[in-house]
Amino acid sequence: MQSLSNRKKVLEQKPMNFWERIYLPAIFKGLSITLKHFFKKIPTVKYPEEVRPYSKNFRGQHSLKRDEEGRERCTACGLCALSCPAEAITMTSAERAKGEEHLYREEKYASVYEINMLRCIFCGLCEEACPKEAIYLDGSHVTADYLRKDFIYGKDKLVEPRFDITKLAKD
Amino acid sequence: METAFLLEKLILVVVVFTITLVIAMYSTLAERKIAGFMQDRHGPDRAGAFGILQPLCDGSKFFFKEEIIPAGAHKGLFIMGPVIAIITACISSAVIPWGQTLTFGDTTISLQVAEVNIGVLYIFGVIALGVYGIMLGGWASNNKFSLMGAIRAASQSISYEIGLGLSLIALLMVTGTLSIGEIVAQQSGFVNWNIWSQPLGFIIFVTCAFAECNRVPFDLPECETELVGGYHTEYSSMKLGLYMFSEYINMFVSSALMAALYFGGYNFPFMHDLGLSANWITIIGVLVFFAKIFAFIFFFMWIRWTLPRFRYDQLMRLGWKKLIPLAIANIVLTGVIILIKDTFF
Ligand code: SF4
Ligand code: SF4
Repeated sequence: MQSLSNRKKVLEQKPMNFWERIYLPAIFKGLSITLKHFFKKIPTVKYPEEVRPYSKNFRGQHSLKRDEEGRERCTACGLCALSCPAEAITMTSAERAKGEEHLYREEKYASVYEINMLRCIFCGLCEEACPKEAIYLDGSHVTADYLRKDFIYGKDKLVEPRFDITKLAKD
Repeated sequence: METAFLLEKLILVVVVFTITLVIAMYSTLAERKIAGFMQDRHGPDRAGAFGILQPLCDGSKFFFKEEIIPAGAHKGLFIMGPVIAIITACISSAVIPWGQTLTFGDTTISLQVAEVNIGVLYIFGVIALGVYGIMLGGWASNNKFSLMGAIRAASQSISYEIGLGLSLIALLMVTGTLSIGEIVAQQSGFVNWNIWSQPLGFIIFVTCAFAECNRVPFDLPECETELVGGYHTEYSSMKLGLYMFSEYINMFVSSALMAALYFGGYNFPFMHDLGLSANWITIIGVLVFFAKIFAFIFFFMWIRWTLPRFRYDQLMRLGWKKLIPLAIANIVLTGVIILIKDTFF
């Protein structure tokens, strides 16, 4: 019967010839294939010893930035949380008190800022949304952990360490 | 003299035992390494450099695992299974000539534990005993999968022992002796190796040896895709370890047998033309013998990671309908050739 698609192939099942029946040539063929793989270069990267280079625009763990004087840039506007497609960001805002001008750049700041790394899809939209250039996904990848609660990164893990810019200028 | 002789043999036995066990231990690592390389992986490489401590870790893990004896199992036989398996595996190495003789002053030491003049028969007996370990273990487990594995092991081993025996008969016709020591001694040099006079016999022997060792492609007794774990489904802890260990020892001994019977044992090309003293020839001979054994062990593993497992009916057909007639034809052929040689040359 003519097949509808015209793509039907009838497989022929020929009886095996002598060499196929004694099976030995096929075994030798198989052996030569496995031996070839035996001497092949192994593509595995031995991870902790060998690290593959990250691409320049790799989006890894977030960091909350500081300005030139070491003050936190974030003003808790919530735009990052709003733009986040995975709803991974939550924050609580607070008003800057007198005497805290060296800690926070704006009058309002985030007293709590949390990103749930299990929800985050590392899309980078928070970075794009931020009007204060306060958040960047410039870290390495988020490492494994044992408990779900440990994947909610707070300010202790997100805010970049204090960095003395005057020292950098001297070098 | 008598005590000296006993002492000499005792030391030799201990040495051979140690070597056998160490090689079996490291075969497990080699197996996984070779599997890795053939599949473009590294294989185990975390325990020590190149994973050199892996067998020790595996061994100690076996010791610390919980030991389970099923409630319905026959306790005595259940324990005896792996014991028989490992004992029969170990004692078969007694008649293998590891080298010629070493001479110190006026004492000569023969590097063969027991020079039995029916060495080939001895090996056969031990191999035939080996299947009891598997059968008892499988039967005593009181588990259908284990029983199936045990039955398969028994029938497979019986079927392939015939092929093995018939292929050896042709070899014995050529060599005219049952002593493995003499068979090896006859093959001095390179052209006298039995592989040249018995190529077909060798192929049959290798195939049957694979089946006797329960190695892939003939590992039907443990066939995990059909029988969970085959005869050792119910085994845990070191008893399982003993079964696996005996498999590797069997592999080592049959590699040694193949090297000794067909590839000249400790003989190497030009051994008498180099002008070396007898002791040196012996030492190099031992090394050469082990090189050959390792080559065969590699071959065992190479096959394992290349060929898929046979189906049970294919296994039986191959054994009874192909190998046995072939082996008989080989015997007839060998007989005719010997006759022609004797009458015309
Ligand atoms: S990277 Fe994307 S998913 Fe992750 S926190 Fe930022 S906006 Fe949300
Ligand atoms: S990180 Fe940027 S966008 Fe997010 S709350 Fe702070 S200032 Fe606003």
